[in-house]
Amino acid sequence: MMTILARNIFRALAQGSQHVGKGVHTSSLVNADKKVCKSSKRINTLQSVSKEGRIKCTLIPGDGVGPELVYSVQEVFKAADIPVDFETFFFSEVNPTLSAPLEDVVSSIARNKTCIKGILATPDFSHTGELQTLNMKLRNALDLYANVVHVKSLPNVKCRHQDVDCIIIREQTEGEYSALEHESVPGVVECLKIITAVKSQRIAKFAFDYAVKCGRKKVTVVHKANIMKLGDGLFLRSCEEIAKLYPRIQFENMIVDNCTMQMVANPKQFDVMVTPNLYGNIVDNLASGLVGGAGVVAGASYSAECAVFEQGARHVFAGAVGRNIANPIAMLRASANLLAHINLHSYSRMIKDAINKVLQDGKVRTKDLGGQSTTKDFTNAIIARLGA
Amino acid sequence: MAARIIRKIVPSSRTGSAQYSSGVRKVTLIPGHGIGPEITVAVQKIFEAAKVPIAWDEVDVTAVRGPDGKFGIPQKAIDSVNANKIGLKGPLMTPVGKGYRSLNLALRKEFDLYANVRPCKSLEGIKTLYDNVDVVTIRENTEGEYSGIEHEIVDGVVQSIKLITEEASKRVAEFAFQFAKDNNRKKVTAVHKANIMRMSDGLFLRCCREMATKYSEIKFEERYLDTVCLNMVQDPSKFDVLVMPNLYGDIMSDMCSGLVGGLGLTPSGNIGKNGALFESVHGTAPDIAGKDLANPTALLLSAIMMLRHLQLNEHADRVQDACYQVLREGKSLTGDLGGTGTCSGYTNAIISKLN
Amino acid sequence: MAVRLLSKLKVLPEVRGVANASSAAAPATLSDFDLQHKTPVIRQQKLIPKAHYGGRHAVTMLPGGGIGPECMGYVRDIFKYIGAPVDFEVVNIDPNVDNDHDVQYAITTIKRNGVGIKGNIETKSEAAYVTSRNVALRNELDMYAYVMNCKSFPGVTTRHKDINISIIRQNTEGEYAMLEHESVHGVVESMKVVTASNSERVARFAFEYAKRNGRKKVTTVHKANIMKLSDGLFLETSRKMAEQYPDIEHNDMIIDNCCMQLVAKPHQFDVMLMTNLYGSIVSNVVCGLLGGAGLLSGRNYGDHYAVFEPGTRNTGTAIAGKNVANPIAMINASIDMLEHLGHFCHADLIRNAVNKTCNVDKILTPDVGGTASSTDVVNAIIACMSKEYGTFFPCVTGANKPKEAGKPKTAEKKSKKCK
Repeated sequence: MMTILARNIFRALAQGSQHVGKGVHTSSLVNADKKVCKSSKRINTLQSVSKEGRIKCTLIPGDGVGPELVYSVQEVFKAADIPVDFETFFFSEVNPTLSAPLEDVVSSIARNKTCIKGILATPDFSHTGELQTLNMKLRNALDLYANVVHVKSLPNVKCRHQDVDCIIIREQTEGEYSALEHESVPGVVECLKIITAVKSQRIAKFAFDYAVKCGRKKVTVVHKANIMKLGDGLFLRSCEEIAKLYPRIQFENMIVDNCTMQMVANPKQFDVMVTPNLYGNIVDNLASGLVGGAGVVAGASYSAECAVFEQGARHVFAGAVGRNIANPIAMLRASANLLAHINLHSYSRMIKDAINKVLQDGKVRTKDLGGQSTTKDFTNAIIARLGA
Repeated sequence: MAARIIRKIVPSSRTGSAQYSSGVRKVTLIPGHGIGPEITVAVQKIFEAAKVPIAWDEVDVTAVRGPDGKFGIPQKAIDSVNANKIGLKGPLMTPVGKGYRSLNLALRKEFDLYANVRPCKSLEGIKTLYDNVDVVTIRENTEGEYSGIEHEIVDGVVQSIKLITEEASKRVAEFAFQFAKDNNRKKVTAVHKANIMRMSDGLFLRCCREMATKYSEIKFEERYLDTVCLNMVQDPSKFDVLVMPNLYGDIMSDMCSGLVGGLGLTPSGNIGKNGALFESVHGTAPDIAGKDLANPTALLLSAIMMLRHLQLNEHADRVQDACYQVLREGKSLTGDLGGTGTCSGYTNAIISKLN
Repeated sequence: MAVRLLSKLKVLPEVRGVANASSAAAPATLSDFDLQHKTPVIRQQKLIPKAHYGGRHAVTMLPGGGIGPECMGYVRDIFKYIGAPVDFEVVNIDPNVDNDHDVQYAITTIKRNGVGIKGNIETKSEAAYVTSRNVALRNELDMYAYVMNCKSFPGVTTRHKDINISIIRQNTEGEYAMLEHESVHGVVESMKVVTASNSERVARFAFEYAKRNGRKKVTTVHKANIMKLSDGLFLETSRKMAEQYPDIEHNDMIIDNCCMQLVAKPHQFDVMLMTNLYGSIVSNVVCGLLGGAGLLSGRNYGDHYAVFEPGTRNTGTAIAGKNVANPIAMINASIDMLEHLGHFCHADLIRNAVNKTCNVDKILTPDVGGTASSTDVVNAIIACMSKEYGTFFPCVTGANKPKEAGKPKTAEKKSKKCK
């Protein structure tokens, strides 16, 4: 038991200082690239790239309906003639033999700075005794610490609540998902939840900066510091500290159970929310449910350098595989956000407008929104509406 | 630490309810603070009118300083619950500040109330956006994230331990299936996050699966916590009985009460091996205390749950019907439900329906 | 058991909280008077994470007064056109208000973004307790070094060609310590403060800058023959520092002589190091030599923060709104900022376009002998970029690599040594 604890403590410490190590790692990568860039004259490099005039982006189709949805995105990109090339990696935990190695995927994303990712299925019990899921490994390798889900009611989608518009920001590299678990005696499992001041402040700052960038008025921190006084208490304190730097943004805190209740009863009161790992997962999915389900909400994960665009609520939706019924809206919106991120605003707007128009028409809808159309029909409808 | 674990491994059994199924039952009554006394009086009145065979043993649990210098529950209250094995409790207020343990937590610890049950059912007459909710959340109450084992390893790095034991998981799983069976429920859903927390939630899930094989007549399914959240707000009718570890249960139970109109309408019961405690989980609402404006529904429904626990089903049905009728008619609702009625008016309306 | 033992090691959270609070809150709780009189020198800053997410930076933009807002508009146009990965957070400071709320807020935003770009901010109030906003900004953020790269524009007709001087100026103390008082009626004393630690920081910054940029010589400008103690300390510190950099030549010059030499034989200067007031004088002289206030940009560096601005701190209120202001200075400041943030590709794009517009096509505003309006110049720059790259720019992702010898790193490294 002593050894297990010692090992875990070491890992916890390593996690705390992880960002330092990560920084070194990525910068060395980046520097290596830079030498290539510098060796030839700068301007020439620029021109040679510009002749192609296309942007590279990593693409991970994922499991379940992921590949179908990604295909839909590719179709739309092709139809709109968007200058983005995909570097596709098959990456999967449930199918380890076919999966590309983690290092390849990580270096590709680090190089391209952007990625579109389908959902990765995570088996409940790993065959190898590995506690970290592939998703977590990817996040940790790239230090994708901030997950942003913008939950907004869509036009003409019947839901119980209208005009929901909130942004949920979730820390996703520590907390409950630290994968530090051990069975001290048979039948007794301890799972460690790690909260560090550095990472808490970092996510709080991210949330406030995001609020400033989007012109939002209020940031709500979701916690359970009344019970977990040290861990969540540290998170709450870190947020309070950062909040002092933003005197023009309202700051409030809410206990997670109350928050979920408020969310289903009166979601309009929320603006930007910042949460530790697990609570974020819950609130994300809850809020997604309020506006139409996992198929319509886009999300993104950010590190300092990279951005990974994905669905807001991660569900493999395995039951729909191959049935051509999955809703591609979430994936399309994620791709539109990607375009906005790389400064192709006009294309981004084009896709978003097309989605809104198709929804407004209300003729073509996938099953989850009460229609009968297939994924393919929906994609075609979007393409028909592009730029129209 | 080892001692803590061993204490939890002591086998449990559900005692208390079955052995007193006839005659007048003595029940400990903890009126609580704030609006607590008003709403307990309302419940007492209604039960009296319905001729429920219950004798109340009223105790006060205002914190007293114990011999160790900490504030805690008075011994009299503990003795009363220990003797009666069953209690009804209004809202309690824990003073903010150091040295005060949450009284709710203290009670939970004292009587080892391992399962928290909250039925959330849409009530006719209460307008919410969801009208088909009928779920029961069962929450493991003693361990998990709320085990209270936390420490700061180095400055700025806090580690808190989520503890899952086979024993506790099994007994709550068993309770869930037994509850489903007793209450004619069809399905039990285990809510977990074993894809991320593979060992701890994995253990919980394994216990649920094991128990499911013993109750073959009840359908068992397992869902990820986030999926449940998403589906719950989209279509709550997909769920029946939910069983989950501590933190998830805390969150889900509040969320479900949000679906049916808030904590003022949801009953709650804590089942333990040393007895059972039924309570209203809303706050003490000091701002309306003593003004005859409080809504006693949650406590009344909790009391009805208690009657069912005591297998006084006939009485439970009578009171419940009366209560539902009043809510449906919507004439004497209290302020929090959008009405203009008073607590006593509401109580009298229910009493009049009893006859 | 092990856990038990470990928990004994834990640091009391209260204690830590207090420590944090005191370091962060101390400057904020002081009154303006205290700010002026009690803490004139170094203000240690607490590091907070920078606003850098998914490859995009957030930058505080203070348009300031006079021509500031219009020039900022041009910068935003250009950034938007090439898709620079920068998000601006605009803070407007009302020059007519007598309190410091806006300025304090601006300082806070720079603290959390790490980087700012600013026009010149007016301080209209005559009241003694209202500090100059520019000075307040520099002092609060402890931006002790000011750097101005003065390089001739071939397209601008001036008497001296091919000047290439870097001016490094102590930015937070000296004559601008703002310690003034009237001891008896009619007698005003103004204090000049020179501290060894601040002098050392800026001297190390200068030498490190010279070393990393392949400069040969550092000239310390002073008046130590008269102000033997204060300027003497500054000079002595820079001499000591010079010993640590044997590869770089060091000499010193008295300020009045220096001004004369500058207008006569400017080519003898390479890197110049000086205290606050002299820096103000010298930088304006050099600006004049190169063609006026509208061309050059300046950079303020502290341990953690950097603020970029047009080189000479003039608001240009007289020509505001007439579409004749020279936008080049502000654009140059924005190029400096992009380089500081590591977006070299975008910086080069703009720099090349500016070079072509000013030096080849000679589209210039009246202040440097041209006839074009401000918008003409900006449009020419944008046209120039679009001619070369079309509407699609190659460096919207990926291509930005940080330079090894980034200036902020220099500053941070140095400051650590000083502490």
